Amino acid sequence: MDLSAIDPVILIASLMVASTPILLAATGELIVEKSGVLNLGVEGMMITGAICGFAASVQTGSPALGFLAAMVGGAALSMIFGLLTQVLMSNQVATGLALTLFGLGLSALIGQGYAGMKPPPTRPLDLGVLSDLPVIGKIVFSHDAMVYVSLALVALVWAFLRYTRAGLILRAVGESHEAAHALGYKVVRIRLMAIGFGGAMAGLGGAYLSLIRVPQWTEGMTAGAGWIALALVVFASWRPWRLLLGAYLFGGITVLQLNLQAAGVAVPAEFLSATPYLVTILVLVLMSADRSRAALHAPADLGKTFHASS
Amino acid sequence: MTALLKVEGLTKAYPGVVANDHVSFEIAEGEVHALLGENGAGKSTLVKMIYGLVQPDSGRMTLRGAPYAPPEPSAARRAGVAMVFQHFSLFDALSVAENIALGMETPPPMRRLAGQIREVSETYGLPLNPDRLVGDLSAGERQRVEIIRCLLQDPRVLIMDEPTSVLTPQEVDILFATLRKLAAEGTAILYISHKLEEIRALCDRATILRLGRVVESCTPHEKTAAELAEMMVGAKLATPSRAGSAPGAPVLEVSGLSLPSANPFGTSLRDITFTVRAGEILGIGGVAGNGQDELLDAISGEAPVAPDTVRLHGQAIGALGPSLRRRIAVLAAPEERLGHAAAPDMSLTENAMLTAAIRQGLATRGFLKWPAARAFAEKVIDAFDVRTPGPGNAARSLSGGNLQKFVIGREVLQRPEVLVVNQPTWGVDASAAASIRQSLLDLAEAGTAVVVISQDLDELMEISDRFAALNEGRLSAPRPAKGLSLEEIGLMMGGAHGMEVAHVAE
Repeated sequence: MDLSAIDPVILIASLMVASTPILLAATGELIVEKSGVLNLGVEGMMITGAICGFAASVQTGSPALGFLAAMVGGAALSMIFGLLTQVLMSNQVATGLALTLFGLGLSALIGQGYAGMKPPPTRPLDLGVLSDLPVIGKIVFSHDAMVYVSLALVALVWAFLRYTRAGLILRAVGESHEAAHALGYKVVRIRLMAIGFGGAMAGLGGAYLSLIRVPQWTEGMTAGAGWIALALVVFASWRPWRLLLGAYLFGGITVLQLNLQAAGVAVPAEFLSATPYLVTILVLVLMSADRSRAALHAPADLGKTFHASS
Repeated sequence: MTALLKVEGLTKAYPGVVANDHVSFEIAEGEVHALLGENGAGKSTLVKMIYGLVQPDSGRMTLRGAPYAPPEPSAARRAGVAMVFQHFSLFDALSVAENIALGMETPPPMRRLAGQIREVSETYGLPLNPDRLVGDLSAGERQRVEIIRCLLQDPRVLIMDEPTSVLTPQEVDILFATLRKLAAEGTAILYISHKLEEIRALCDRATILRLGRVVESCTPHEKTAAELAEMMVGAKLATPSRAGSAPGAPVLEVSGLSLPSANPFGTSLRDITFTVRAGEILGIGGVAGNGQDELLDAISGEAPVAPDTVRLHGQAIGALGPSLRRRIAVLAAPEERLGHAAAPDMSLTENAMLTAAIRQGLATRGFLKWPAARAFAEKVIDAFDVRTPGPGNAARSLSGGNLQKFVIGREVLQRPEVLVVNQPTWGVDASAAASIRQSLLDLAEAGTAVVVISQDLDELMEISDRFAALNEGRLSAPRPAKGLSLEEIGLMMGGAHGMEVAHVAE
């Protein structure tokens, strides 16, 4: 085994790339859950976004149009969920699970002709002098635009929830839909918008996988990233900056275990591959050990069906 | 006096029931106007129409002479109509200032709003800190949040839906002082309540509703409370009575009971001690959210506690779960009828099976005896005059009062040694409430130790032998109920909860 083969600079730089898809999807789901809706279909929306983005950018030759198509695809799928749960008042857990299965099947269907193709490349941003800085330049300023978009998104979501009236209304709807309704807020409309945003962000995260991180199309390529995103929202106790921390922690362990495998550590590769998931479970258990504190930040009406009955 | 708000022939029908049938009344500037009626008389529907939450089928309203038909609450708020809800429309996890901002049409930036909240709260003698989380506030303080939210919008008409049901007598005094000051400034107040003494003390005029119609309108302080009650119910009311016999040996002893709450905004029980004797009714008062639910859970066995802290006939039972406690005749009827006391979508027979299986022998070796359960459910229905087509109906289909009679009856007929009930007559009409109270008195007469937890002080004074109050999870020392003054009770309940009594600037 040769641990000196692991270059910490490259390790940190690649953990940012590895974390970006789940960070995008988790930020979307954070908004959805803050509005009081539990959408378990993140995995399905991610993979749909992955293939929509892949197909669109192969057809047009433009990665930007690909990302746009991924957002539209993810949002469109989420609207099925929105219609079923908000208008027809179906059970959110069952519908979300079904959405994941549906998304996996749909993406396999769309993706039939695309296996083995190469998408148009996305270049790292040229940040001039910054990219040439020693160490820092390599770690922070040598990525593609989407990495910075995901960071900006976390900041925007944080500011939106904390400082804007719209963010306050969103939180209020998730906290008590009855009270929000009594004050005259349109609970269903607000939730549908949140669900659509969540779908678009999950689609974007999926497209980041198929267009930049991997980059190619294979069936089921999200491989559980959507579920990790869901777990991250709980891990972060519904707070955006903690979400960033959690995503980078998970990404870091993923990259590290890959490096350890490459370095030939005397632990079976299966165990190493499982570590990010084991760590996620462990952290979730620790987080929820103090029940009343965890419940303080959770939206009180999360996953409850709303029916305006007055 | 000219009418500020005029309501003419307002009608609203729901499937199977006419909630409001040509309701008309008017309210003048600076007038405190009471809407009186039993549950289901249509008071709530009426104010929801005035506040724009529900659209009337027919009829019209005028505000200051102009037609008024708000399509949604924000339109009502713009027109100067504000409402304080019965079940607070507040968000526990948000701060006071955030809650207030949510109820305003065009809130100022947070920092200015906080200043305005302090200013208004001082003017009206309602101290409140804008930065606190609403979940940490007492019921009285929560109501202040709602009132200040309304006041900041300078309302012309203020609707108060059952505002005093959650307040201590001292807090009621503060509220009334605020309302009188508002009325003196020209605000019209529409006051909904079924507390007759309060209406007599506060209101200038009253409109009485029965089954969706206006049956009478009067000047409340010219009538006695009994006369008002008869107008509301449309019949004479029988007051519960008991023979009165000396209590027997101690049955239930609770000593040093502490229980941390399972819910972030719940109340932990702290060092609770009391004894209930055979044939005695212990009334436990207190404002909602001071540990009532937790106390019931601890006695019923839903929340296991240290074995020694709860004893039945001297035997430690604190660690036993609900089924084992039922076996030894410690029974309970929790406050929430749908979802806690009864499973909403199950039939009355199934609901009877759920709590009575052990004591009534409705199951043998894990197999259920449905005919016996059905017979028991029918017995409850007969004995307690539950109005339902039959025991096969779902619990959800019963009205609140009928389901409450069933839930209480189901426990009473199981011959309990100890019965704990929480809010036995909450949301129940006057005649059903009287019959439920009578059944509790009869049960005590037969030698059961009864604990009645309630927020209705009149009820507790009527039926209990001794009275104690819960305040922030602590129980005051029980005192004989006879001869307790309202003020003493208020102090046992925690007075005005650390707030000085308002000094309202005249």
